[in-house]
Amino acid sequence: MSSPDRLVYMANQIGTFFRSQGHDKAVPGIADHIRKFWDPRMKRAIFAHLEAGGAGLEPNVLEALKALKQTTSLPEAH
Amino acid sequence: MSLIEEIDFGTPASKSTTMVTLTIDGNEVTVPEGTSIMRAAMDAGHQIPKLCATDMVDAFGSCRLCVVEIEGRAGTPASCTTPVVNGLVVHTQSERLKKLRKGVMELYISDHPLDCLTCSANGDCELQDMAGAVGLREVRYGYEGENHVFAKSNGEINAAWMPKDESNPYFTYDPSKCIVCSRCVRACEEVQGTFALTISGRGFDSRVSPGMSESFLGSECVSCGACVQACPTATLTEKSVIEIGQPEHSVVTTCAYCGVGCAFKAEMRGEEVVRMVPYKDGKANRGHSCVKGRFAWGYTNHKERILKPMIRERIEDPWREVSWDEAFSFAAAKMRGIQKKYGRDAIGGITSSRCTNEETYLVQKLIRAGFGNNNVDTCARVCHSPTGYGLATTFGTSAGTQDFDSVEDTDVVIIIGANPASAHPVFASRLKKRLRQGAKLIVIDPRRTEMVESPHVKALHLPLVPGTNVAVMTALAHVIVTEGLVNEAFVRERCDWSEFEEWAAFVAQPNNSPEATAILTGVDPKTLREAARIYATGGNGAIYYGLGVTEHSQGSTTVIAIANLAMATGNIGRSGVGVNPLRGQNNVQGSCDMGSFPHELPGYRHIAGDAVREQFEAMWDVKLNPEPGLRIPNMFDAAIEGTFMGLYVQGEDILQSDPNTTHVVAALSAMECVIVHDLFLNETANYAHVFLPGSSFLEKDGTFTNAERRIQRVRKVMSPKNGMADWEVTIALAKAMGFEMNYSHPSEIMDEIAALTPTFAGVSYAKLDELGSVQWPCNEKAPEGTPVMHIDGFVRGKGKFVVTEYVATDERTGPRFPLLLTTGRILSQYNVGAQTRRTDNVVWHAEDRLEIHPHDAEQRGVRDGDWVRLTSRAGETTLRAEITDRVSPGVVCTTFHHPDTQANVITTDYSDWATNCPEYKVTAVQISPSNGPSDWQKSYDAQARQSRRIVPAEAAE
Repeated sequence: MSSPDRLVYMANQIGTFFRSQGHDKAVPGIADHIRKFWDPRMKRAIFAHLEAGGAGLEPNVLEALKALKQTTSLPEAH
Repeated sequence: MSLIEEIDFGTPASKSTTMVTLTIDGNEVTVPEGTSIMRAAMDAGHQIPKLCATDMVDAFGSCRLCVVEIEGRAGTPASCTTPVVNGLVVHTQSERLKKLRKGVMELYISDHPLDCLTCSANGDCELQDMAGAVGLREVRYGYEGENHVFAKSNGEINAAWMPKDESNPYFTYDPSKCIVCSRCVRACEEVQGTFALTISGRGFDSRVSPGMSESFLGSECVSCGACVQACPTATLTEKSVIEIGQPEHSVVTTCAYCGVGCAFKAEMRGEEVVRMVPYKDGKANRGHSCVKGRFAWGYTNHKERILKPMIRERIEDPWREVSWDEAFSFAAAKMRGIQKKYGRDAIGGITSSRCTNEETYLVQKLIRAGFGNNNVDTCARVCHSPTGYGLATTFGTSAGTQDFDSVEDTDVVIIIGANPASAHPVFASRLKKRLRQGAKLIVIDPRRTEMVESPHVKALHLPLVPGTNVAVMTALAHVIVTEGLVNEAFVRERCDWSEFEEWAAFVAQPNNSPEATAILTGVDPKTLREAARIYATGGNGAIYYGLGVTEHSQGSTTVIAIANLAMATGNIGRSGVGVNPLRGQNNVQGSCDMGSFPHELPGYRHIAGDAVREQFEAMWDVKLNPEPGLRIPNMFDAAIEGTFMGLYVQGEDILQSDPNTTHVVAALSAMECVIVHDLFLNETANYAHVFLPGSSFLEKDGTFTNAERRIQRVRKVMSPKNGMADWEVTIALAKAMGFEMNYSHPSEIMDEIAALTPTFAGVSYAKLDELGSVQWPCNEKAPEGTPVMHIDGFVRGKGKFVVTEYVATDERTGPRFPLLLTTGRILSQYNVGAQTRRTDNVVWHAEDRLEIHPHDAEQRGVRDGDWVRLTSRAGETTLRAEITDRVSPGVVCTTFHHPDTQANVITTDYSDWATNCPEYKVTAVQISPSNGPSDWQKSYDAQARQSRRIVPAEAAE
């Protein structure tokens, strides 16, 4: 599994857990989970993938990542 | 220092709260109702002579040495079997009693060898002590008559004599010294619960018999050592005592194997360990042990232990022994070089769940403060990280809710995905004791484990298809909700009601019923309904679970489902109930507590929280990175991608223990500096550039925290064979990297932990010395610790119900891989086997075997003991088959204790959605007959041999 594929898979897995809580709880739930547990390089990579169209991301996950991206300021890669 | 000897009160303590007062030898004594006269006398400081009584087992009344006189009663009753009564007047010594006891001893000694001077129990023999106590001066019967002592009598072969049984690697059975007190038999039954021993024959023919007069090794004996401990003579003796002699001093310390955390007395002669004896005042084990902690400590001085630091430029080179200074400066230059080249975040480390809290704390401190990033993780990632997530979400803290004593108040036990008889044996013994008293047992496991089959225990077994835990847990909830078994008063008072209603509506959906999900789970709906009813209505219900819950794509979801179930039935917040994760390694609880996870500082506080982070910044005098770091699987991915190039691994064999070995090999090979800090050249070291020799738990001071949150001291009983304790090595490595940490003793590290961590605020070495142990939270509110959590309310406030939708794992069976492989443990081996494989425990488990159902074996032409090839989408290996119906058709199972099998070549990259905990427990596989090791195994072995070459320091000059 190459990196963006793996991250997309992981993000969708998170999305699947929150699916049964309904859209309004799921979107912030997914964003919060990724904010709390992903390291900056993983966040940078998924945001880059998002900018490139976000292929493969489930709708809730896509929405969560868009929201997360707006509120996240990551340090530059060293 | 002297030998610590706990008082033997002769019979177990009574739990009664009603007190009884009597007079013993003119002294008034007040004891709980139900206490024996023997124990009451000992309480008052009067030791009544005894042989068959010991306080680990119930009174038996066979030796008749403990007879007493009671005013107003006829005869001379045995004090061990006679309970106290208000107003009794007891005399423990009189002319009549003296005469009776002397007569009893005389009979005993007339059939006992008189080789006291050369006997292995010399100095530790209760028979000798009692002969002294009763003043035995002669044996009028002589020794020539019928006896069990001599191989030949009057030139003829003596049929009553039996040779020594030396089959067990750790202790011997010498029938000629046996007095048939049956303490060993009762210890095996009452303490261990295995029932391997019995007394065969009657009268003079009575003999202690393992199984059906088999050898100890050939019987069901699990070598826990309880019988050896109970034996009052030299009949059952540790081989180490026979070889070395009696110990002269002892130190109380904590076992370094599993998460039960048994307290042991390390009995010593100088700096040599004579034996490890379970400590009766140990609150986790209450004087019991298993084969690993009791006997399997020989690895600490195994010849393969590495005692000198070593380095090499490339992993193809042989190792070069160097000085500590050279090793540290080499490692520091490499790690700093990588950061210069690839960035600050390009290195990280893994803390050890086998090392002490203090050592783990230092490694995460080095990484956060010295490396300047949060790339720290620990092996809990691959075992109980879903517990952390699941319980924190629902209850507000990841901690297990009970102490082990709690099981004594439990009425219904559910065990899910755990086999305590193998992996947490001492807890299993305590649990089985409660089950024999009548508590009910429900086992949810793909295998019919030893818990299901143990003697005098009847379990309701739900053999589910691996990977369907969530469906089963939700179906249990469905029954509880739809049959009106919810403890509504508890839920209304303690939990968020609207979240409960949402959850209840979800689980009540018809598609979550046992009948609807049976097709996925394979569990009979009737049995499942019965289990749900028993748990909800049978009194105190406790759930114990293990890695069969967590190591799945839905590991965290299952933990949440377990928490939901406990809340819905009100089984939280008192003794006898609760949610109890059975932690794997000795200090995996502690390593999590100490901030080993990349997103959390010590005490489970997120690194992004400014207030907490600033406290640490102030104490450590450094700016910390507020972003979480990489988790272990993320580290591997980043290494292959080229952004993570240096790793410091303390006491953990990631190559053998992490899934998809080929992926791990690729990741380690991609790194430019791997530092392994360990006792042995483990599998990970095959890909390392720096080897820092570690110290064993016998060689350093510190603390471990067990599965019940109990913090216990580890005490140094010998100098580190490698020259430095592990905490000193980390400090020196940090210094070489330009980060100073100044501590002169681990107690100072604990003081810093206490100052920074609210749940540890009250912990200090002084307190641990005073109380023996404490369970965190230990602070102003709970100065002596917290045995049971969430008593008046949940840590998070209101308990949170969360909907748990079953989602099948993406690891699916199909025509190419029709079987499901699950992995497990075996009693005699521990984790990757680095320690236990280097002990005599290999006599019980010399290789990993593949358990396969007779039906699946027959279809493939596999016979018991045949070599089989095991293939998955990730890789293939070969091992030998064991045909058994413990597993269901369609399911196979193996262990991962041996590197030459490498079960993890087979396991995949799939992991828990929340924590990336790998899905070890479900892999689609195929098996076929094979002639021997696979090509992969051969090349792995060749690489390992090549990599382990060492050039000694002398030769290099």
